[in-house]
Amino acid sequence: MDSIAVQCCNLSKNYHDTRAVSDVSLSVAKGEILALLGPSGCGKTTTLRLIAGFEKPDSGQIEVAGKPIAGPGLFVSPERRGVGMVFQDYAIFPHLTVFQNVAYGLKGQSPAQMRDNVLMMLKLVGIERFQGRYPHELSGGERQRVALARALAPHPVLLLMDEPFSSLDADLRVQVREQVRGILKSTQATAIFVTHDQEEALYMGDRLAIFRKGRLEQAGRPEEVFHAPATRFVAEFMGGTDFLTGQVTDDGILTELGLLPQKVGLPTGADVEIALRADDVGFEPQAQGKAMVLERMFRGAYNVYRLRLPSGRLVHTLQPHVRLFKPGTRARVYVSAGHDLAVFHDGRAVSPPQPSHIR
Amino acid sequence: MQVVKKTPFEPGRRDFRLPFDLNGMTLVLWGTAALVAVALLLPVVYLTVRALGAGSEAWQGLFRFRTLETLARTVWLAVVVTGASAAIAVPLAWLTTRTDLPLRRLWAVLTPLPLVIPSYVGAYLFVSAFGPRGLLQQILEPVFGVTRLPEIYGFPGALLALTLLSYPYLLLTVRAALSKMDPAFEEASRSLGQDAWGTFWRVTMPLLRPALGAGCLLTALYVLRDFGVVAIMRYNTFTRVIYVSYTTFDRSQAALLALVLVAITLFFLALEARVMSQARHFQAAAGPVRPTTLVALGPWKWPALAFCGTVVFTSLVLPAGLLFYWLVRGLGAGETIPRLELAVWNSVLASGLGAIAIVLAALPMAILVVRRPGRITRLLERLTYSTFALPGIVIALALVFFGANHVPQLYQTLPMLLLAYGILFLPQAVGAVRASLLQIHPNLEEAARSLGRSPLQAFFGVTFPLLRPGLAAGASLAFLTIMKELPATLILAPIGFKTLATGVWAAVSEAFFAQAAAPALLIILMSSLPMTFFILNEQRID
Repeated sequence: MDSIAVQCCNLSKNYHDTRAVSDVSLSVAKGEILALLGPSGCGKTTTLRLIAGFEKPDSGQIEVAGKPIAGPGLFVSPERRGVGMVFQDYAIFPHLTVFQNVAYGLKGQSPAQMRDNVLMMLKLVGIERFQGRYPHELSGGERQRVALARALAPHPVLLLMDEPFSSLDADLRVQVREQVRGILKSTQATAIFVTHDQEEALYMGDRLAIFRKGRLEQAGRPEEVFHAPATRFVAEFMGGTDFLTGQVTDDGILTELGLLPQKVGLPTGADVEIALRADDVGFEPQAQGKAMVLERMFRGAYNVYRLRLPSGRLVHTLQPHVRLFKPGTRARVYVSAGHDLAVFHDGRAVSPPQPSHIR
Repeated sequence: MQVVKKTPFEPGRRDFRLPFDLNGMTLVLWGTAALVAVALLLPVVYLTVRALGAGSEAWQGLFRFRTLETLARTVWLAVVVTGASAAIAVPLAWLTTRTDLPLRRLWAVLTPLPLVIPSYVGAYLFVSAFGPRGLLQQILEPVFGVTRLPEIYGFPGALLALTLLSYPYLLLTVRAALSKMDPAFEEASRSLGQDAWGTFWRVTMPLLRPALGAGCLLTALYVLRDFGVVAIMRYNTFTRVIYVSYTTFDRSQAALLALVLVAITLFFLALEARVMSQARHFQAAAGPVRPTTLVALGPWKWPALAFCGTVVFTSLVLPAGLLFYWLVRGLGAGETIPRLELAVWNSVLASGLGAIAIVLAALPMAILVVRRPGRITRLLERLTYSTFALPGIVIALALVFFGANHVPQLYQTLPMLLLAYGILFLPQAVGAVRASLLQIHPNLEEAARSLGRSPLQAFFGVTFPLLRPGLAAGASLAFLTIMKELPATLILAPIGFKTLATGVWAAVSEAFFAQAAAPALLIILMSSLPMTFFILNEQRID
């Protein structure tokens, strides 16, 4: 299909005895931004470097724009892949000016053409006034943009970004990533970027691919991944999730918060875990309540309450900022989701939320 | 002195014990520093005074065509040796850090090893092999009837020996820069469409420029300082001409020439400072560097191997082989080790005493430089590093004149020799101590102070124990360099005080090649142990 920009099939890469990437298959459509997300050491950066050509896969193949670039007996060197890369610390050449950095990847053009192209890129990222400066004269955010302009200048088929915002200050990060997303969308670039920050992934990525221990756990649109995590790990990693244990009955799932009237395709008596987000839980103060308020964390617009259930399990709930209770208050806790919750058996999701697969 | 006044002395602090001890410490530090500064300045200042007082005859002697010739020869030798060293060192550094060269680790360990061969030993071995009536000719004569080989004496021999002995300095500098360079720069270049070759020239080389510049100047300074090679190869650069003038009792002339050499040295030093200040923005990667993807050499590995093999053979295997050959021949001819006992003892004595004195002086200097930064300490630091570049023969000459004219009771005594060693080798000891002091956070001492220790107690209770490895490193470095030192020992040693180095020199001067082998081997063995350790250590960090 010609709308596919990148296709990886069964990629594996070992370092000595450790499996850095194990049987990963994923694809990216043209113009799409894919976020590779996961804790450190999960294989996301290695996957990126395999696509860039800085590492050689042990097995599996990679196609970019329909052309195979790595596979059994085939390895196209990085300079002939047409794949741009933004490095974690940007790797802007310190001995070249901003202009020279951006011009570095432009070949076979007349000086005038090259000048036009470079200036266009600099204008796109909004740093044309710094063209004569050296990297050490730029701020972190400006360097980020030089790196982006340099990678985009040769019009790569695919842009790779390795933790592109991690070396920026927190407040600058939010601002820069908005601009970067805007630039990528305006140039209709296909991009893959690596991050360990799920909020950044949700914001930047058209789709997310969540990695764990070298394997791809789930890939899908942010909403899909958030609402219907394919595994318990994904639910946990996407944040703010508590887990309840329960047992499948004829009428639903029996938990310590009562019966969830939710049908799952498992035999009666099967043990399951239910993912519970802070907005799925509610509570009422009640003198005989078996749960207790442990702590209130004021977040401005709302309060997060930490509650202890009779079993000792902790759950969190989001409450309006005017609802104030003291720690120690007895309470009755209930599920207030209004939608089916993600249910896991042996760590993997069971219906109803359809585990979505990539491709 | 301004800096002493800076010590705060507010009325509120008077009831503490601290200010008194602080002053005690300050006194010790500045006292030593003042002594060291006087010692360091003595040679050049004294030479200048002497030169200014020299008769017009000596000045006329200086402005002769011969001086200009010497100048041209010296600078030309320095430039050509530096270029040749770079041509060897840069490919070696790149091959051993960035490619899949077979036996890469082994080459990485072997290639810097010629560093342990003192220059006069290297020169002696090359002469013994390629010189007139040398080994090569002895082999060739009966077979081919060769009676004359191309002349080794003069420029060719000096170039050959100095290049093969000094390229390791450049190699180590460039290799360190390469392994500290963030591989992302090279990867970025590849992802922007440059192949490995283009990346090397357009990214790696420009980023190496500061390290290469510094390394080249180090090499040039090595050539300017060197006495052993040019003396044995009979090539009239400044150090040799100065020595010859001195031995022929043309002392004013020697002093003037020494000053010219000092001027050239300072010029190269200033160049180096400029290169380094330009280098500040070529930042190395902050943390430990991710291992690079190695460049696959493919069929190029054969020429690469041939290159590494040739360099290691001529700079290491050949000299080592020759040394053992002469040793065996010497033993066969009745040369015995016991004859060396006195020389070994003298070498160890001079090196040991020198090392102790140097570390004792280096410690306060390093503390001042690291912990009391200021204008005067910066000046002190610069002074130490400038004298490091001064040729041993200049220092020795200055001390001879000074001793003979003003302190005859010290003239040609061991303390005078030790003073010369101190002036020559204090800087590297300060460097070693300074490096380890920089790693000890001042907070540690402050913590001890806040727990009720005086500054001296805090220093000896906390900093000193942590500093011991640095002091040991500085001392062993000083010990080994002193053991190898030739020109100052030659000029300043008390009469009859034979060391291993002067033993080699005496034997080679008489062309008793076999007699020189045993002391040369001993010097190399004693200095190579820590060198191997140093290289292995570098590998581990790698």
